[in-house]
Amino acid sequence: MTAYEETGLHITNVNLTIGDASILKNVSATVQPGEIVGLIGPNGAGKSSLLKSILGLVKLKSGTIKLNGHALSAMRSKDRAKLMAYAAQGSPLHWPLNVERVIALGRIPHLSSWQKPGDIDKTEIEKALDVTNCQHLRGRSVTTLSGGERARVLLARTIATGAPYILADEPVASLDPFHQLQVMEILKHHARSRGAVLVVLHDLGLAARYCDRLILLHEGRLIDQDTPDHILNAQNMTNAFRVAVSRWTDGKNHFLSTHPLPKGIPA
Amino acid sequence: MTPNSRNQLLCLIALIITGIFSLSFGRVTISPADMWVSLTTPSNSPHAIILFELRLPRVLLGMMVGATLGLAGAALQGVLRNPLADPGVIGVSSSAALGAVIAIHFGMVASWSLALPVFAMTGALVATTFLLLVSARDSSVLMLILVGIGISSLATALISLVMNMAASPMSLRDMIMWLLGSLQNRTMTDLMMAMPFILIGWFMMIGVGQGLNAISVGEDTARTLGINLRGLKLRIVVGTAISVGAAVSVCGSIGFIGLVVPHITRVLFSREPGAILIPSALMGALLLTLADVITRLPFAGAPLQLGVVTALIGAPCFLYIVFHTRKDMR
Repeated sequence: MTAYEETGLHITNVNLTIGDASILKNVSATVQPGEIVGLIGPNGAGKSSLLKSILGLVKLKSGTIKLNGHALSAMRSKDRAKLMAYAAQGSPLHWPLNVERVIALGRIPHLSSWQKPGDIDKTEIEKALDVTNCQHLRGRSVTTLSGGERARVLLARTIATGAPYILADEPVASLDPFHQLQVMEILKHHARSRGAVLVVLHDLGLAARYCDRLILLHEGRLIDQDTPDHILNAQNMTNAFRVAVSRWTDGKNHFLSTHPLPKGIPA
Repeated sequence: MTPNSRNQLLCLIALIITGIFSLSFGRVTISPADMWVSLTTPSNSPHAIILFELRLPRVLLGMMVGATLGLAGAALQGVLRNPLADPGVIGVSSSAALGAVIAIHFGMVASWSLALPVFAMTGALVATTFLLLVSARDSSVLMLILVGIGISSLATALISLVMNMAASPMSLRDMIMWLLGSLQNRTMTDLMMAMPFILIGWFMMIGVGQGLNAISVGEDTARTLGINLRGLKLRIVVGTAISVGAAVSVCGSIGFIGLVVPHITRVLFSREPGAILIPSALMGALLLTLADVITRLPFAGAPLQLGVVTALIGAPCFLYIVFHTRKDMR
């Protein structure tokens, strides 16, 4: 095994079944340090299940997932939490906590049950507030936040863990275009400066714009993993998403638009 | 000193003052000075007997039971992420009461002194386990409340059935008085019997603060923060069952303390579910001690039952909470 193979996140031949249903079928993929990788595929393709498999939230039928050469299944949960943070889809907030306290939850992996946050924890919380532009929100109750503010706060909680790897499940769902771009910028900044990001996206335009590589899943199988240019081709779009795609560039920005296949979309 | 620890200290001072007042208050008034004399010079004076045999067990038991109900309420509301949860609303108290009524009905109390606490705790444990199994499948607020109402109704129906079949008016009276909840005529033996179980329950629940904070952003996220969710739920469910079961077994069912106290501490102390565990225990002890003083006020002619007083104060508070926390429940 070369040094290159040891660094990063390596998913090898992962199979996941829930009841009788086979959710993931022999999926293998990698995420390298510094990368922002998009996980795309139609609804029910197994994207969220793959994230949950990596995070150890579901029990695999077979396969291995290694981070920097260490099997994640063998790690203590708090050690794993220091390496990987999870931004859940539409993360619930059950009590009207202050923004600052919600972000401080990210430090839990570093604290024992009774331990109060120390200087390092406070520094990490400040950093997270800074990079997500949440400083002005710190005293607010999370129940009073707008959708965009809430998305940033939840991202800040993820970043405050100090974990190099962030796994985000549709972090831009139900956000307006400005806040979608803002969240993607934060994730990209994290990938470049502190680790790597694996992000589930439905917006293929954002995926093409921000991701270094894309992992395309369809019906629990890995179709391909490559640069957006290679993944978002007509064949993949037709087979996996059942839509046609047009891509063009004005020399500076890349554009992507989906439209019905010639045979149309059944109602 | 942080505002939180200052408030805790104030709460503790209020608890001690109320405790001393409760010790001195009754048919025979014992001034704090007399108390001091009885405490420092052991004697068999009437004051000393009233103080140590009657009032001290009552006050200590009240504090312990109040603290248990407050703590269990805060822990349950935190883990179920539901501001309406408490050992009563989710059916744990009534299941414990069912166990106790069965023990009274079959006359086991006379032959085995531990029958009442053991049966009450078994009842509480059965209800909590059932609730936990349900919440593993569907932990929505609505589902838990509905299942809780179901358990509670079933237990209440079975209690009625047992009372219906009561062998003698005496045993029926025992059951009714016991169900209304009281601290009257409790002895040091009652206190000593309940204390180990109550302390074990406290011990299990007191360290769950971090987990409760984590679970407030969702179960999956809590797990990815390194929280052992199964362990967290188990500690709270078993801790509640053991301590509330023990509390109910010596004092009968005392409603609404567990429900109302966490809401008071959320206003006075912190909104974090993990930060209100100890404050809720203190506040629960304070409220129950106060309620016990009210039961002895002379206006009713006869001493009131404790459960009646807490329910009379608690039910309006409950309604207030329902109307004012609707936006938090969703």
